[in-house]
Order: sequence, then structure tokens, then C-alpha cells
Amino acid sequence: MKQVITLNVNGAPYAVAVYPSQTLNEVLREELNLTGVKLGCGSGDCGACTVLVDGLAVSSCLSLAVDMEGKAITTVEGLAPSGEVLHPIQESFIEKGAIQCGFCTAGMEMSAFHLLKYNPSPTEAEIKEAISGNLCRCTGYVKIIEAIADAGHKMANTGGETS
Amino acid sequence: MNQFSIVGKDVPRNDARAKATGSAIYTDDVKLPGMLYGQILRSPFPHARILHIDTSQAASLPGVRCVMTGEDTPKVKYGNWRLFPETQDEYPLAIDKVRFIGDEVAAVAAVDPDIAQEALSLIKVEYEELPGVFDVDAAIKEGAPIIHDYCPSNISVNRKIKYGDIDKAFAESDYVREDTFHVHAVSHAYLEPCAAVAQCDLDGRITLWTSTQVPYIIQCLLASTLQMRENDIRIIKPFVGGGFGGKMELRTWEFCAAFMAKKTGRPVKFTLTREEEFLTGRRRHPMTIHSKVGFKKDGTLTAKDLKIYLDGGAYNAMGPTATFLCGNFGAMLYRYPSYRFHGQHVYTNKPPASAMRGFGAPQSIFATETQMSLAAEELGLDPLDIRLKNAQVSGDTIPDVATISSCGFIEALNKVAEMSDWREKRKTLPKGRGIGIGCYSFISGGVFNWFNTQYPFSAAEVRAFDDGTAHLLTMAADIGQGCDTVLKQILAEAFGLTMEDIRITSADTAITPQADLGAWGSRLTLMNGNAVLDAANKIKAQLFGAVSARFNLNVIHEIECKDGKVYPKGRPDRSLSFGEAVAMAQKINRGEPLVARGYYTPRNKGLVTPSFSFGAQVAEVEVDQATGVVQVQKFWTAHDCGTAINPMAVEGQLEGSIQMGLGYALSEQFVMEGGKTLNTNFLDYKMPSSMDVPPSEVVHIETYEPEGPMGAKEAGEGLAIPTAPAIADAVCHATGYRCKDLPITPEKILRAKRDR
Repeated sequence: MKQVITLNVNGAPYAVAVYPSQTLNEVLREELNLTGVKLGCGSGDCGACTVLVDGLAVSSCLSLAVDMEGKAITTVEGLAPSGEVLHPIQESFIEKGAIQCGFCTAGMEMSAFHLLKYNPSPTEAEIKEAISGNLCRCTGYVKIIEAIADAGHKMANTGGETS
Repeated sequence: MNQFSIVGKDVPRNDARAKATGSAIYTDDVKLPGMLYGQILRSPFPHARILHIDTSQAASLPGVRCVMTGEDTPKVKYGNWRLFPETQDEYPLAIDKVRFIGDEVAAVAAVDPDIAQEALSLIKVEYEELPGVFDVDAAIKEGAPIIHDYCPSNISVNRKIKYGDIDKAFAESDYVREDTFHVHAVSHAYLEPCAAVAQCDLDGRITLWTSTQVPYIIQCLLASTLQMRENDIRIIKPFVGGGFGGKMELRTWEFCAAFMAKKTGRPVKFTLTREEEFLTGRRRHPMTIHSKVGFKKDGTLTAKDLKIYLDGGAYNAMGPTATFLCGNFGAMLYRYPSYRFHGQHVYTNKPPASAMRGFGAPQSIFATETQMSLAAEELGLDPLDIRLKNAQVSGDTIPDVATISSCGFIEALNKVAEMSDWREKRKTLPKGRGIGIGCYSFISGGVFNWFNTQYPFSAAEVRAFDDGTAHLLTMAADIGQGCDTVLKQILAEAFGLTMEDIRITSADTAITPQADLGAWGSRLTLMNGNAVLDAANKIKAQLFGAVSARFNLNVIHEIECKDGKVYPKGRPDRSLSFGEAVAMAQKINRGEPLVARGYYTPRNKGLVTPSFSFGAQVAEVEVDQATGVVQVQKFWTAHDCGTAINPMAVEGQLEGSIQMGLGYALSEQFVMEGGKTLNTNFLDYKMPSSMDVPPSEVVHIETYEPEGPMGAKEAGEGLAIPTAPAIADAVCHATGYRCKDLPITPEKILRAKRDR
């Protein structure tokens, strides 16, 4: 049986009817149409589905939607809510060539967001570790790492988050 | 050399913003009203006869809208080698027989994915198991089980190349060596699993959104397998999350989505799981490579005799092309005065191997490069010197195969040696550390037309507007490699406009001009770039005429488009803005819009490609003496891609290639047992993560490719080739273990150490 839960996604509450077996990924993509959240493996190995739950980066494919009641969920769509002014992480990903096919991008950005929130000027090693659960087949990670470092600088200069 | 405004600049991707914000729509993101969800029933056996399929229970499950088997289809075989129909060996769904674990047997469409899944479990298939063969040796043995009735030998493709008097050359050689190499299968491991959504309109025509590299090929093959007309099929390629060769054929779910959409009148979506991708997906060909090479005492090559068996799996897929190409690449990089190649593509009861980044070259050149280093050791030469001595140069020809136009190979070798401090390190690195070299050459698209297209290889339509903008339409498929951006750059350069002035529509077969053979073999920059320039030049001719008339110019004036203006080179004061020039041209034509189509088909360019890229890479490694674990410390790469239209994109390709090459060399492999792939997730299939990729330095060797648009040629695919041989050479330098059997595992290194 479906049950109605309230999900707090990108700052707005959504009442959704979900099956107990439904993952957060499924509900975000299918019910809320937040298709920026990707599904690359369904087993928590690739990181393409990464979202923030109460500030922590988690695999939305491994999280059950019914467990998310009352928690604050941030997806890639929540990084730059206005749609006009991008988040520095997004800007840096674009400028530094950190995006190729783009399928890992949202998850990478969310892992970067999580990292920079707690560690605004990470070392290269810290960046690598922060995205070690996010696989990318196109970029070899090099420009992604550069972009995250660059975003860290930008955020430090503008006094933190812009969104 | 760089006289360009936008070409040669680090322009951010056309689609980067959409991807960064999550608004880019990939196939699985497409959702249509009333859409059904499809699932595929796959064979649990590697080789079996299908005796009976009972779908009645599945069909009566509430929520199921369609169940289909091969019997429901028109039973038309397909394959990308249309010119040779005997190579087309695959049905969308199995008829009578299954040939690998995962072979597609039936499909279901239901109102939700869970119901579809449950319906699969209700389909009863009665099989008669047949003996299977799982490697080349078993498959070609006398009396081996026959996988396809039409092919009793299990050898589906034979390809031979021969030039020079090879027997005499070997007889006159001072040094001859023979080696056998085994290279393994790896996965494309694109992050986006394959998906397709089909919709059927009221006239019965099909629109298919699909994650593909080859929209035109899908259009044609879907038409033939459905027995429809090509123009009644529309393929739209949404954003694609990587392909690397794994998405360049018509696949079962594309066919089934279209078939069931037509049958049910409702849109149908299929999305593969990662497990399906690993268990049944296409992969790089494992090969057994016997190579005999001859040299003079001083290291000059005399002859090469190359025999390759490709383990093709259950169907040809892109195997025929890989068979052709691995032989061509065997003759590349160095000057072989005589050469003989025999490639054989062998069926086995495993998931089909197919095209994968490098398309036969990573395997073939792994053998080439390893043998060059082995020969250097035995002849007392530096591995760098033996390469320099034999390196191909501009103007070299390979009989019946190729003419090499631009070639920066020697420059790349010298540069990479300098960057890496090769000569010093090769002598002085301590035990356990090593430095090694690997080189590559690759094609800029193929000149062959085995698909038997009736259209030009590439096409572009350009529309110019009096508001100073232009619209580029092309069937070229951007799958992440960035051709939309590169093609826009080429057009912006040709018109003297900015990237913002150009709109692009790509890869929609109903809207973009016929045709384009797709994103494979590194063909788009050169081939589609040339088509874009052809179209742009036709528009420019009209603009120049308009400017000439407007200012009453002497006919000797040369006119150009630059900085948003059109003007005679000698009289920049007499200029019109691009938009004004368009308006003027339009007036001349009494209102007719300014539109042109451009085409490119390579002609008289040998049998392989219009132009080759070249490069060299050095790897430095440290091998743990106790555990045998290899850590790559650094890569240095020097490569010649002609004009780098977008250096940032080229670097991105290189960096991605290194990740893939690193995995190929050290960590990635399919663990197989009796035809079954056992490692079907990213935890067990060890693709390098951010923690594994070492630092690297790169230098672009500047050449100008006369056949390419603005001097450009292949970039990014060939770079997948040198990494494995470079690491293998470095591991040998560090430990004495010479790998002839990829991947290089700690176990192999330790075993070699123990046996010494």
C-alpha cells in the first residue's frame, strides 16, 4: 500500500504517495520530476544519484523514500534555484571543462557541495577523497578536481554559499 | 600558425550549463503520457535451443499490455555491415536458439516496471541446452559446437593484408622474434545505461528517443527490421551519457520499444539496469595475437607477420570492422617494408564484443609496442631509439592501405622523452621503479562504406539570418565528446561570429540533413567539420557577392567574414555586418532565405581513413615489491591531433583516455565462468576512481592536416591506445616482468618474480 509522506526537497514541502519499497531516487525522478538526479547503477557504487540529506551526501538509489520524512533534501536542481545565477560549483564545472557526457555531473556537484560546505579550502587529496564514490568515465577526474578547487576559491571570496 | 579567433580556444561546452544544472534531458528522463515500461527476458544458458515459449500467463497479468517473442517479429536479421548481408547475424529477439547468457528471448511492456518485471517471471521457456564454447581455441577446434548454422567453422570474418616479399625479408633479417599476446575484454562502462522511448503516431510512424551514437544507422536498421520505410522512422538522440563504441548498433530494446509502441498505441520505454549492462553488454574484443617481426642489427624493421584471432562472442556486432582495423593498425606507427596480416573473427558463446574506443587498435598496438621494446632490449637499443629509427613520417604510404598526410610522430617521441627525462630515468631509476613508453596512431573516421549508405558520409545545413545569427543543423551525435561545440566553433570561425550567435540542432533524423554515419572512429571533427565548412562556404559565396555589389568592388578583392563583419580584406572600411550582408543576399534572391547544405565523403584516401593522428606516452610506475601492486606515478603525453579546435576538450579527452587505459592495463576485467559474467556491478568491476588517476602532463604537437577542417584531425580515441603498453613497459623496467597477457595484476608480477 502506498503511504503519503512529506518530502522537503530544495526548500519546498511535497506530499507524495509512495510505496514502502520505493527509493528516494525513484520518487525524486518519477514523482517530483527532478530528473537532474541520475541513476547510474542502482547499487550505490557510481554516485550519479548523489543528493544531500540533512547536509550529508547520500546515494538516493539506496535510500528509501519513506525514511526521508522530515529531512531536508537537496538535489542538483536546488543548487541554483533561481535558474539564472549559477552556484559557483556549477560555474566552475562549466568553465574548467569538468563536464563531458554530463551523466555523473549532478552527483559530482553534490559531493563537491557537501565537501565545500564543511571544508571550504580542501587540498587536492581531500577533493579526490570526497569524490571517490562518484565514478566518471569521460574526464579522468582531472578537470573535475580542478573545478572543485576553483569553486572553493570562488566561494571563499564571496563569503560562502550563494544559493 | 594560429590565425583563428574561436578555433583553438578553450570554449566551454555548448551544453555545459544544461548539464551543470541538471536540466539536460537524457533518454530515461523522457516521460510521455500513458507510457508503458518494457523489460527483457534473457537467456540463462550460453547455448541452447528454444523448444517452446509460453507467454500466456505473463500476458494475462493485470497491467501487462504487450508480450512479444521473436515469433511476433518480421524475423529480419540486422547488422551494421549491410554491404555484406551474410555478416548480419542478429535478430532483435532470439529465433529458435540462444547463443549467450543474456541473449534476448522475449519482452514485456506493462503499466509500471514492477509489473513488467513480474511478467517476465511468468514467461515459460523450454530450452534444450547445447554445449558451449568460451574461447577461441575451443571454438575453432575440429568438431566444436556450431554457434551459427551458416558458419560451421565458427570463423565469421577473414581479413588479409599482404605487401612486400615477407619471406625474403625474414630470411634477410638479422634478428627475428615471435611472441603471442593475449588481451582481455573490458567494458565501455558509460555512466548512462542504455535506454529507449518509442512513440507511434496516428499514421503508424515511429519516433524513437534513444541513447545512441548512430541515429542514422538506427533509423535504417529499425526500418528494415520492422519492415517499414526509413522516412517513417524518426530517431532523436537526447543527451547521451557516454558511449565509447558501446552504443553504435541497433539493439533489442530499441526494436522492442518501437514494435510495442506500434502494437499498443502507447509510448514504451526501456531502460537497462547496470547489472544487465555488465552481464550482457558489449565489450572490447579479447584477442590472441601472434606476431613475428624481423629487424636488421641496427634496429631497422624488415618484416611483420601478424595473425590475430578475435573472440567475437555470439554475434558479429562491430567485430568485422575491428577485424579489419586491428590489421591496419598492425602496419601503423612504424615502417614495415613487408607485412602480412590474417585476422579471424571467431564466434563464442559469450556476450558479443564490439567497437570500443580504439576499435581494434588498443589490442593490436599493445602487441606492436611491447614487441618494439622487447626487440630494443635484445638489440641493445634504447626503446625510444628503435621507435625513432622506424617511425612513420608524413608522406609514407602503406600499400593498399593508407597514405599518411600530416604526421608529428617523431616530434611527439622526442618531446615526450624530453618531458619525462626519459634517457636519464631509464638508466637511473632504482629497483621497483620504472619508466615505459607506448605510442599510438589512429584514424580520423573510416573511408569504408560497409553500411552501404546512399548518402554522403557527413552533412550539414546552415541557415544564416539577418539578425546576425546562424543555425547549424547536423545529424552528428554528441555523446559527451563535444562535437556540438566543436562544430559550432568551426562555423563561428568560418562566419566570423561568436558562439552565442550560433544555434545548433543535432541528431534528429527527421530534421537534420541526411546523413551522418555517427560518432565512431573519431570521424566527426574531420568529416562533419568538413561538411559544415562546405555549407558555410556556399553561404559565404552569396554574402561576398552581396558585399561586392553593395560597394561596387573590383572583382580582384578578396572578401572575408570576421568579427561579425563581411568586408574586402584590403578595404575593411567597406564592411557590412554579417546580418546586413545576409539581408542584402536575401534581397538579391527576392526574399529566399539564405540556406546551404554541405557534405563530405572521403574519396581517394586509401582504404582506411583520410588522416591519422599520432602520439607517444610515457608512464612512470612504482611496484610494491612485497604485494606486486602497481602505482602509476605520472604520465607524460605528446600527441599530434592537427589543429586542436578546442584544446580544453582535447585535454579532457586525453585525461579520460588515461583513466580508461589505466583500467585496461591494471584493474578492469570481466570475470567469466562458463560464459557467465560474474562481476556485474561497479564494486566488482574495478574502474579507476578519482583516487587512482595519477598526475599527467601533455603537449600538443602542432601540425596542420590538409584534409581536415582548419587543419584538424582525430583527437581522443587514439589516446586510449598508448597507456596500457606504456604501463606494461614501465612495469617491466621496474620488475623485469614483461606482460604479454593483459591485465597486469599483482598476482602475475609476483608469480614472475617467484619463477625467476
